[in-house]
Amino acid sequence: MPEATSQPAVLFLSTGTQARHAWREACVAGVLWSVALCVVGLFAWMLGDLILRGMHELSFDFLFQPPEDAGRAGGISTILVGTLALLGVALGTALPIGLGTALLLAEGTRTDTPFGRFVRRSLDVLAGVPSIIFGLFGLAFFGQFLGWGWSILSGGMTLACMILPLFVRTTEESFRAVPLTLRQGAAALGLSKSAQLWHLSLPGAAPGITAGLILSIGRALAETAALLFTAGAAMRMPESVFDSARALSYHIYLLAIEVPGGQDRAYASAIVLVGLLLLINGIAVLLTRQFKHRLVQL
Amino acid sequence: MTKINRVRIEKSDCCVAVTKLEAQAVAVRYQDRLALHDISLPLHKGCVTAIIGPSGCGKSSFLMALNRLLDLVPEAHVSGKVLLDGEDILESSINVTTIRRRIGMIFQKPNPFPLSIERNIALALGHHGITDPAVRTDVVEHSLQAVGLWDEVKDKLDTSGVTLSGGQQQRLCIARAIALQPEVLLMDEPCSALDPRSSAQIEELIRELAQHFTVVIVTHNLQQARRLSDYAALFWNTNGYGELIEAGPTNVLFADPQREETREYTQGTVG
Repeated sequence: MPEATSQPAVLFLSTGTQARHAWREACVAGVLWSVALCVVGLFAWMLGDLILRGMHELSFDFLFQPPEDAGRAGGISTILVGTLALLGVALGTALPIGLGTALLLAEGTRTDTPFGRFVRRSLDVLAGVPSIIFGLFGLAFFGQFLGWGWSILSGGMTLACMILPLFVRTTEESFRAVPLTLRQGAAALGLSKSAQLWHLSLPGAAPGITAGLILSIGRALAETAALLFTAGAAMRMPESVFDSARALSYHIYLLAIEVPGGQDRAYASAIVLVGLLLLINGIAVLLTRQFKHRLVQL
Repeated sequence: MTKINRVRIEKSDCCVAVTKLEAQAVAVRYQDRLALHDISLPLHKGCVTAIIGPSGCGKSSFLMALNRLLDLVPEAHVSGKVLLDGEDILESSINVTTIRRRIGMIFQKPNPFPLSIERNIALALGHHGITDPAVRTDVVEHSLQAVGLWDEVKDKLDTSGVTLSGGQQQRLCIARAIALQPEVLLMDEPCSALDPRSSAQIEELIRELAQHFTVVIVTHNLQQARRLSDYAALFWNTNGYGELIEAGPTNVLFADPQREETREYTQGTVG
């Protein structure tokens, strides 16, 4: 029916629906924008609140002086050192194990083998376990069975166990997202599996791995419950990984709840914690970009 | 061996029929499903053999069996023999890496690596033991010249291969394959994702390449098969799996087919 389009009834109907469509589009766009604004607004509100209440306590000395009077006076230098040491132990343990497991799951096994299914199911269950349970496990295994007591090593290892599931799954997905056509192309040129992994899969998966890493770091930095029984609450400068150390987030909790008059200091510490998180994110993104760039250039 | 009789090994106009690669009773199954049954087909040295047939008749599976690429598909199983210069490459003792260097492959959708143009070619060279940078640079230039891409990219060898146009990407993939100086080139519908002009360029290139390599090309385009190939083989899906129903010199297959299906398919009335 070639004449159908020239009939006025059809023309009239189509303009009507077009106007309705435009109205609906505008509504959807409006809703999406306001939701996005809400998210940004929430973040801005929290940050503003922190800065408003804590900024006056923040100074050079606050960052570089040890705490005094249960944290009411002095700074947070020893706590920053302890936090970074805990994070270092956690990442140093979780990164190699996580990358290896993810590689095995993504490249070594088929999705449907019983072994792969078992590992994946275990990780998913582990990811949902409350952190206090990890803390109890850390206390029993690292603290008592291995005899490391309240220490950076116990705390860091406990954090590593806690972030592993998340890190492994995000990393595995990133490896899986590397297109099959690239793997086929590499194989068809006679490249070995390891060459394909190193030159193609790893750079391709790098942004996803970084995202997983940032999420993991965020979880580790925010953690208090798992560190209660494993890293302890000592405020003195740690001298080795066998010393107890207080994490920044735990310090914030103690200042806010247990130390009368410590509230402003808690806010100031929270600003430092958020700043630390943003800094680590920035560095991770930068490193990924460098890594990808280097591989394209080679 | 009734199937063999259908494959008329006659002399084509192009060349002396010397068998370079030969499939003997090759069958492919995916888990329990038979995809390809009892394919016996000689592929002649320095000739272009076109594999034609309707969708789902196992043409691509056959091609991937010829360079052991089906190894990447865990549920695929290949039986029979694939002889490269008389040596069975399906044997488990065979070095797959070497086989794939000797038998290059071009895919339907261009798949350059997300690396620089130069590195796209140099990566595999390095892997196969060519470490001298001067030699590598030389091979990169010659391969790009061979596919007619050199003049277009010589000033931007360090830009990513994926920024090229579709036709350029496919030529880069061909350059990447021929840089390894393979003996056989397998092509899985190399023009089907390209515009007509790029497609014509690639076709012309295949004609040139055929002087140096043994080319096996899977194509849906019957005109292309006719223009390009010296030999043709028609695959057909009969009982839920693919079979080779007729093969021979292209002009004979198109002009004087033995089977009814071949006549109908090549004339475009079926398939």
